[in-house]
Amino acid sequence: MNFDFSSEQEQFRDQIRRFLEKSDGLSEGRSLLNDKTRDFSAPIWQGLAALGVQAAAIPEAHAGLGLGMLELCVAAQEIGRVLAPVPFLSSVCVCAEAIRLFGSAGQKEKWLPGLADGSIIGTWGFAEDDRGGEARATRSMAGTIIGTKGPVLDGRIAKIMIVVSEDASGALVLMLCDLDQTAVVRQPIKTLDPTRPAASIRFNAAIAEALPNGDGDAWRKILDRAAVLLAFEQLGAAETALASACEYAHDRIAFGRKIGSFQAVKHKLADMYSKIELARCHCYYGAWAISTDAQEAPLAAAGARCSATDAFEFAAQENIQIHGGIGVTWESNCHQFYRRARLTGLILGSRYEWQDRLVTQLEKQLQGSVV
Amino acid sequence: MDFYDTPEDAQFRAEVRAWLTKHVEPRPSNQSPEEKVARAKRLLAAKAAAGYAAISWPKALGGLGGTEIQSLIFLQEESRFDVETLHGSDFFSVGLQLCAGTFLKWATAEQIKRFIPPLLRGDEVWCQLFSEPSGGSDLAAVRTRAVRDGDDWLITGQKVWTTGGHFSDFGLALTRTDPSMPKHQGLTMFAVDMRAAGVEVRPIRQMSGESEFNQVFLDGVRVPDSCRIGAVNGGWKVALTTLGQERSTAATLAFVDPQELLKISRDAKVNGRPAISDGRIRERIAECWLNTFGMRLMNYRSQTALGRGAVPGPEESIAKLIIAQQGQRSAVIAMDMLGVHGILTAQELGERWKSIERAWFWAPAFRIAGGTDEILRTILAERVLRLPADIRIDRDVPFNGSAIPRSKSN
Repeated sequence: MNFDFSSEQEQFRDQIRRFLEKSDGLSEGRSLLNDKTRDFSAPIWQGLAALGVQAAAIPEAHAGLGLGMLELCVAAQEIGRVLAPVPFLSSVCVCAEAIRLFGSAGQKEKWLPGLADGSIIGTWGFAEDDRGGEARATRSMAGTIIGTKGPVLDGRIAKIMIVVSEDASGALVLMLCDLDQTAVVRQPIKTLDPTRPAASIRFNAAIAEALPNGDGDAWRKILDRAAVLLAFEQLGAAETALASACEYAHDRIAFGRKIGSFQAVKHKLADMYSKIELARCHCYYGAWAISTDAQEAPLAAAGARCSATDAFEFAAQENIQIHGGIGVTWESNCHQFYRRARLTGLILGSRYEWQDRLVTQLEKQLQGSVV
Repeated sequence: MDFYDTPEDAQFRAEVRAWLTKHVEPRPSNQSPEEKVARAKRLLAAKAAAGYAAISWPKALGGLGGTEIQSLIFLQEESRFDVETLHGSDFFSVGLQLCAGTFLKWATAEQIKRFIPPLLRGDEVWCQLFSEPSGGSDLAAVRTRAVRDGDDWLITGQKVWTTGGHFSDFGLALTRTDPSMPKHQGLTMFAVDMRAAGVEVRPIRQMSGESEFNQVFLDGVRVPDSCRIGAVNGGWKVALTTLGQERSTAATLAFVDPQELLKISRDAKVNGRPAISDGRIRERIAECWLNTFGMRLMNYRSQTALGRGAVPGPEESIAKLIIAQQGQRSAVIAMDMLGVHGILTAQELGERWKSIERAWFWAPAFRIAGGTDEILRTILAERVLRLPADIRIDRDVPFNGSAIPRSKSN
């Protein structure tokens, strides 16, 4: 039994944590809030690349480190801890993983090295931008794609994109598209968390090529793995929100005593802690499942996503509450957590979808099709 | 990261499983309470003979000289068998864990020699005489008096929620020996012979109609000073050791299996449609699984910590908090799915409904016993999150002073 990370993985974590503390991820996010022209923190992104974060899961043959999912899990947690404004989820957890798992030899050779050193940013598009009343699925035909995706996280800064499309028969197909072409039109769209900006992207018969094994099952697998990694980001962020609330409860005095000595406050913080520890257990289980390709992975991923979303959402909301009036001001960093909790809670689909998926997996278990 | 035992642990697990297969007797039908105790005692005697009664203890004390992780493995394996339990815990855990662990730290060599061997064999069963009618959560407020009488002490007072008191031979009793001192300072711990004159055990009938707890009345019970555990007026430290022994088995306890809830939801109809197709019910089943399976995962984390020679964290407090509340919720969800038929008892609804009814009756007790939900939250907040302590107005003043408000009972 070893339901924990290895000492090597913990060392990797320490390196990332030290760097992110020094580079002050929260303040970088703050500066993005104030300066809308920047889409991400290039210094942090480059620093992470120097530590090998983007390269961790990419094979050595493609200029990666040839490590695995567990290294990405610890990196995700540390990135989440400081709400680092970087395209980690889009580029590393979804795009690079999709190419690594389902791409052709040529696609891997062409794109993985750039994704590994962070010089290329990738993303994905699943949701159709139906704000114009047009809800048609993005179609792929004869090496081109037609449609509009949005919101696409990091859509303004990405060089390449995995476009979830339908082929002529209506089957799901993952198309890899180089966004630097005139048939692609990007438009920024505003999100609740400006430190993680998004775009709407129109494909006017843009040139794209299919990932050879990129079908519906492949997409589900990518989504499950991304859900676990994002859950670690949520876990790290929730931990910081809790620490911040505890610190304030220690400092603030009302009615002649520290507010942290009031049970109403204390018990709220204990509830935050319990939800976080529950989420941690499910995150670890998810990490085990995706790192070993276990057949329980869909259930474990849903468990990680549901519990981490719940823990972070609760921690972000109640962190504001503990801070009182100061918590709702622009100057306080409480709203950075509040914003990120919503963004991360929704970007891979809401809890309704994942709870439903979780129960579907339990039903399969009951039928005996999974252990 | 993996869920596999080391080769040594796997071998131990296999040995334990084979041993349990051989030694756990099939449960007779229509078992009387006395037969229940007798069956549990026979298994404990066999465990003691094999060293399994106290796996992590040295062999000289009747243990196996094993590791904490082996203890946990035994517990995990034992929970696969139909063994007798009390409130979901090992039948003799009060004696084996709480009392024995306390003796190892505080008892004299003679006391250890006198009490430990029969305790391990199940020849003498122990109960805990801590809570009183006037205070459960506020343990240091005990009023039961112990007064010196030559070489003996005379104990008078009333204890309550005594698990297994009706079949126990000894009780570990927290008493007040000096009421003029502040409340934590005037306490002393004793081993009390439950058959001594002046001890009366009366079962408490719980709301389910069952009786598993007792009231214990102590009326001038004579206890020799040789049965004092720890120093005079040093009982609070001893009590803290007892409470610290509590490795709650909450993580292996599940009131309602999520799969059971799922099965019910496939058969039941809500608004004329299968309950399982109702999103609200699916959401609740998902929550049930997250909490229930999550606590099993938390147990794996404790096991990992033990395997690394570390002390498990406060996971067990969280486990009890989550499991008990989820048990209550799950029972109510199951009943709601049956609509009006949810008012019926398991006698009407059949064998399958027993776990639901049990959860509904027992979860409220479990939310209170061994630290209420509220006490546990306070513990997590103060000990883990390091928040400032509550203001306690009765802390540093004489216990019998007039300034302290008191409960009316007792």
